[in-house]
Amino acid sequence: MQWNSVGEFFAMGGYALYVWGSFGACALLMIAEPFLAKRRLSQVRQSLIRERLADELESQQKSQ
Amino acid sequence: MNAFFATVRRDLLLAMRRKSEVLTAVFFFVIVTSLFPLGIGPEPVLLKKIAPGILWVAALLATLLGLPRMFATDHGDGTLEQMVLSPSPLGLLVAGKILAHWLLCGLPLVLLAPVLGLQFDLDASALGILTLALLLGTPLLSLIGAIGAALTLGVRGGGVLLALLVLPLYIPALIFGAGAVEAHIAGLDVGGHLSLLAAMLVLAAFFAPWATTAALRIALE
Amino acid sequence: MRQSIIHWFKFASPQSFYPLAGRMIPWFWAAAAISGIAGLWISFFVAPTDAQQGEGYRIIFVHVPASWMSMFIYLVMAFWAGLGLALNTRVSAMMAQSLAPTGALMAALSLLTGSLWGKPMWGAWWVWDARLTSELILFFLYLGFMALQAAIDDPRRADKAGAILALVGVVNIPIIYFSVKWWNTLHQGSTINLTKAPSMAQTMLWGMLLMAFAFWMYSIAVALMRVRAIILERERHTEWVKHAVE
Repeated sequence: MQWNSVGEFFAMGGYALYVWGSFGACALLMIAEPFLAKRRLSQVRQSLIRERLADELESQQKSQ
Repeated sequence: MNAFFATVRRDLLLAMRRKSEVLTAVFFFVIVTSLFPLGIGPEPVLLKKIAPGILWVAALLATLLGLPRMFATDHGDGTLEQMVLSPSPLGLLVAGKILAHWLLCGLPLVLLAPVLGLQFDLDASALGILTLALLLGTPLLSLIGAIGAALTLGVRGGGVLLALLVLPLYIPALIFGAGAVEAHIAGLDVGGHLSLLAAMLVLAAFFAPWATTAALRIALE
Repeated sequence: MRQSIIHWFKFASPQSFYPLAGRMIPWFWAAAAISGIAGLWISFFVAPTDAQQGEGYRIIFVHVPASWMSMFIYLVMAFWAGLGLALNTRVSAMMAQSLAPTGALMAALSLLTGSLWGKPMWGAWWVWDARLTSELILFFLYLGFMALQAAIDDPRRADKAGAILALVGVVNIPIIYFSVKWWNTLHQGSTINLTKAPSMAQTMLWGMLLMAFAFWMYSIAVALMRVRAIILERERHTEWVKHAVE
């Protein structure tokens, strides 16, 4: 452990922009990507549910 | 073998009936080459330095322009399906089409490049190396391009998509082709560059028709 | 032996792979989290300051894993696509389709972090060194694969065309890398070598390997998440899908 203070840690010896920019970009994208994948899955599921409801409604109307 | 030559002759004949299509690629080559000095400035020393790169990039783009023609017209009128169904091996017919494409789009560039190279004040020996490099490189471009043309047959956004697919694959040819001329100008040995270009050409001559045939079958099923 | 082969082929059907993927995902996230935290700990608190590059070199702990993954994922993607082409299985092709965006993301991260590393070290936001340039071309190859698949309406044609493209790409990648390296040394000499890492202290190597493993586990987790969505999208007309979303 070589950081004498929290401030020093965040300053990264003057390279803060580059180091935190890099790690930050990675974190950002690697959170966004699974979020988008999850959202894609739930969107498919929802559209499938809607389709099924529409089919059921249609068959109900036909039998009436 | 008859099927091969028949295909070459047919494509050449069809192209001769519509000369404008072929000449467009050639004119494009000339225009694009002239654009760079207009964009960069007329200074002869600088132009001489960038000439190999410019001529090669222009050749890449001009070849790219002519690629959709390889299969699109035949696909449109059903000839391509006939070719797939014919008893002759499809690979042979495809190789014939690629050769025809090179004769129509690549060879003119090879012949024109030395003339354009004069605009950039390249000396005779450099022009010679340039011609030789393009002679080895343009068939390579036709071969690789054929794969892209077959993959994007009838696909939306065809031309631009084709460029996106094929240009990264063209980069080694560009590096060694332009590099050969630059090495010559710098007084270095060009043997390495030209051998690598030739090696890539041989590799592509074996694999590209095969990959193109596979892609065509996929496109037509 | 024969029985186990039959068991593997069972998972080649979307219907059985969908729940399997669902069960595997949490494990890969766990592995990614554990190795990621360990890797980050080493990156910031164990690995010493570099003599030449100061604290700036720490970018290596994300840049190198991203680069490695971008290349590895392309190979895996081409493998699954090729398998799908050869055996005519849908799931392999769906897996390839699912891996592409993650691979492209890794390539983009590699370029981004490479750029951020290069700016303080070399003074420019972009340097045309061999590795970064090759990475850029790899990024284009990913984009081409994704664009081709997106442009073709028929999913099976898209699978097969993508497979051909991926296989052609795989053959070309070493050629491209070699030619770019040649190009770079020819023009610049070996002076510009952006990713010349500091001579590896043991701790630095460990940090890098742990982070690389974490990125690997992450990639598998995300790809499995995405493939589940792809399976449902493409199999929406089958009975099992209709029952799966009750």
